[in-house]
Amino acid sequence: MIGLQHYLTLSAMLFVLSIAGIIINRRNLILLLMCIELMLLAVNFNFIAFSRYLGDETGQVFVFFILTVAAAEAAIGLAILVVLFRTRRSINVQELNSLKG
Amino acid sequence: MYSYYLTIVLAPLFAAIVAGLFGHKIGRKGAHSITIGAVGLSCLLSFYVLYRMYWGGAEPENVSAYTWAVSDGLRMEIGFLVDRLTALMMAVVTFVSLMVHVYTIGYMHDDPGYQRFFSYISLFTFSMLMLVMSNNFLQLFFGWEAVGLVSYLLIGFWFKRETAIFANLKAFLVNRVGDFGFILGIAAVVMFTGSLDYVAVFGQAEEVAAQSIEVFPGSPWNAMTLICILLFIGAMGKSAQAPLHVWLPDSMEGPTPISALIHAATMVTAGIFMVARMSPLYEFSTTALAVVIVIGAITAFFMGLLGIVQNDIKRVVAYSTLSQLGYMTVALGASAYGAAIFHLMTHAFFKALLFLGAGSVIIAMHHEQDIRKMGGIRKYMPITYWTSLIGSLALIGFPGTAGFFSKDLLIEAVRESHWHGAGAVYWIAYLSVLLGVFVTALYSFRMFFLVFHGEERMDKETRSHLHETPWVVTVPLIMLAIPSLVIGWYTVGPVLFGGFFGDAIVVDPGRDVLAHMGEHWHGPMGLLTHAWQTPVFWLAMAGLATAVYFYLLRPDLPAKIKAKVEGLYNLLDRKYYFDDLYIKGFAAWGRGIGTALWKRGDQFLIDGVLVNGTANSVGKLAGVMRQLQSGYLYTYAFAMIIGLTMFLGWLIWFR
Amino acid sequence: MIFEAMLFYLFAAVMIGAALGVVFAKNPVHSVMFLVLTFFNAAILWLMAEAEFLAIVLVLVYVGAVMVLFLFVIMMLEVNVEAVKRGLTRYAPLAIAIALIMVIELIQLIWLRSRDVQISSSFAPNPEGYENTKALGAVLYTEHVYAFEIAAVILLLAIVAAITLTMRKRPGLKVQDISKQVSVRAKDRIRIVKMDAEKKQ
Repeated sequence: MIGLQHYLTLSAMLFVLSIAGIIINRRNLILLLMCIELMLLAVNFNFIAFSRYLGDETGQVFVFFILTVAAAEAAIGLAILVVLFRTRRSINVQELNSLKG
Repeated sequence: MYSYYLTIVLAPLFAAIVAGLFGHKIGRKGAHSITIGAVGLSCLLSFYVLYRMYWGGAEPENVSAYTWAVSDGLRMEIGFLVDRLTALMMAVVTFVSLMVHVYTIGYMHDDPGYQRFFSYISLFTFSMLMLVMSNNFLQLFFGWEAVGLVSYLLIGFWFKRETAIFANLKAFLVNRVGDFGFILGIAAVVMFTGSLDYVAVFGQAEEVAAQSIEVFPGSPWNAMTLICILLFIGAMGKSAQAPLHVWLPDSMEGPTPISALIHAATMVTAGIFMVARMSPLYEFSTTALAVVIVIGAITAFFMGLLGIVQNDIKRVVAYSTLSQLGYMTVALGASAYGAAIFHLMTHAFFKALLFLGAGSVIIAMHHEQDIRKMGGIRKYMPITYWTSLIGSLALIGFPGTAGFFSKDLLIEAVRESHWHGAGAVYWIAYLSVLLGVFVTALYSFRMFFLVFHGEERMDKETRSHLHETPWVVTVPLIMLAIPSLVIGWYTVGPVLFGGFFGDAIVVDPGRDVLAHMGEHWHGPMGLLTHAWQTPVFWLAMAGLATAVYFYLLRPDLPAKIKAKVEGLYNLLDRKYYFDDLYIKGFAAWGRGIGTALWKRGDQFLIDGVLVNGTANSVGKLAGVMRQLQSGYLYTYAFAMIIGLTMFLGWLIWFR
Repeated sequence: MIFEAMLFYLFAAVMIGAALGVVFAKNPVHSVMFLVLTFFNAAILWLMAEAEFLAIVLVLVYVGAVMVLFLFVIMMLEVNVEAVKRGLTRYAPLAIAIALIMVIELIQLIWLRSRDVQISSSFAPNPEGYENTKALGAVLYTEHVYAFEIAAVILLLAIVAAITLTMRKRPGLKVQDISKQVSVRAKDRIRIVKMDAEKKQ
């Protein structure tokens, strides 16, 4: 009864939600990071579902690596955030426009 | 002999470099000592080479000194081809050059550019020797351009004079026209023969003459005709043949020694020499020879006419040079190369003499060149007077002088050259050279009488200072007067009829007028005794008599005649409007195009639209694009998301 | 089977709800908590898809480490909740529009474009004696061993990077300088001073 389609739908919903979250929470850097984690989760869902559907563990290996990289990314991202906060006393994204030429 | 040749060529170059680069260190005396020493050495060795060639019976030598480059089988070399033609030219060039060097000490005595001048004339000697001694077209072209460069530098020697700058620019530009033809000719030679070497090219002349090329689509030309005419265009520029003659009178803006050396005796004869050197090619194209003879005839007669109305002493001599160059060209066109070279040699002596004489007068007159302000100088400057008289007599071909032999025989050769047919070409050439004799005599003695005889028209200040010039000026005059007087006696027989040139000059047996004339040759004395039977003699005498009548007996007449034929006088005074055509026509036209290209093409299109326009539009576009770059993180995230959405949409709906 | 489907829908619903919470919660701490809930539910769903190892890893690594890290940071930075206002009202329409487009696209992709694939039936059962962890290990340490090594390096990198970024030197902190201690010489340490003997009083 519960098959590939259900998992894909669920992951799609998660993905769309996280995109909406990125747009809505565009001021808070931490929330942006969290939404990215959600997005990665959605991607992982797809991998797991297809791996199960095809009976091939490679998909799960991918998830394994994605988790690794995501953890590293989260650690570094949060470290940057801390440094940022330390220097500017704020993590409001709207104040961070030094990239502007 | 190889080391002799190298010394002959390189000694003047060495002196030029020393005098030019270290002129201030070695001083005036050092500069003229080293250059005169070097040119004297060259002169001595050249005469030795000539001696060996003629009396010593040495064979012509063709040596390659240095291979500059080899490209696709085309060897570019520096080498020397020394045969009798070359040896004769070397002797003439170095001798006249030596005389001019000595003379310059006196003429340029007070000039601040003393060392520079000596450096230039030594450089000229080097270049001219490179030109005449070359054994290939590339070196010929090098010498050709190098003498042109030195000529340019020396015409504009007094570079603070605006007229001098104008004149040297004019000489440069007009010579470019000729040189363009010349280099095209060399390119054609390479195209058809694949070689630059004279011997190799001459060896293939017959095959080249059998080919044809379509210069304009649909009209095949004989390849040899094309080559010869292109080369002759170069000669027209360098030897100032109509219509490329306009630079030579203006070149008189340069110092007088230069006018004598470069613009009368040697450089301008490079074209004549070149055509004679290329005789194995020209002999294969009667069409090219017809062109040569017509151009020469026009120059000989019409440029002589201009000499009658000139008032600048040097310009009169300049127009006579033009006219005499025309004579030589006519001789070339008549296949009488020997006569052309013989006239070249005698002309070099007496024309250098005339120029140096004029220069001597100019020194004495404190750089006044207008003959209307001279007169009666005879008693003040006897040496100059007598030497100038010799020069003038030689120029008009008075029996016994060098000019008599060369000119008389030249005209005779033209008369005998029936192979052009009895048509227009023959009569244009013959009548031009014949009537030219009268004109030559008229303008030569007009000038002579106006300068040395008649009433004294100069102001008191000048008259009080009038005296003979120093020995450095008069010695070259005497040294040049001697050959002007006697060289014809000794050389006419061997050079013209004795097979002097050997293999250097090739003439088709059917057209060999000199050989034909040689059958009736009875030595110079015989020619002299028959002189009064020829029209040439009577025409010269008529010209002389006219000059006597107008300028000695009735000095008021010329002005009246001038008033009568004002239209003709204006035509001559404006030099047939050639300058107006060139300056107002071609030059103004070129300037117009240049201005249009500069304003419209360069400033507006390239600078305005392309260069700055590109930069401006990039700037404007960037100004718009930078609005997209807010610097906020979420904007970039947002852009990514929109991109992802669109990509996904394209993947689903449009693929 | 029905029971299984019911469980799936239940946990899926909870997960979507938690995700909504992440996005819309006013307080970042609440958001993190909702994220934890989302991950838990995801782990359960992965368990149901018989990816047991990854489900456990998700809980251990994500919930146990990363989420705690998030919490720490939020707490540490004391972000003023009120200050970080949400642009909900202004950007909600745009977000909804893009989300809708995305939804349409995904529906197209999943439901309409895959008719030829049997996707709505349930997964084929795994063979007898199948162990997820063992099977995963079998490929991870053989086929993907280099990638595995690189992953280790990446983790090391993350450690180093995070420490370097956040470490700061505090002035006045007393630390040992080993090289100085080692390279010390006797004459720097002991100073022999000659002085007169004290006189007896």
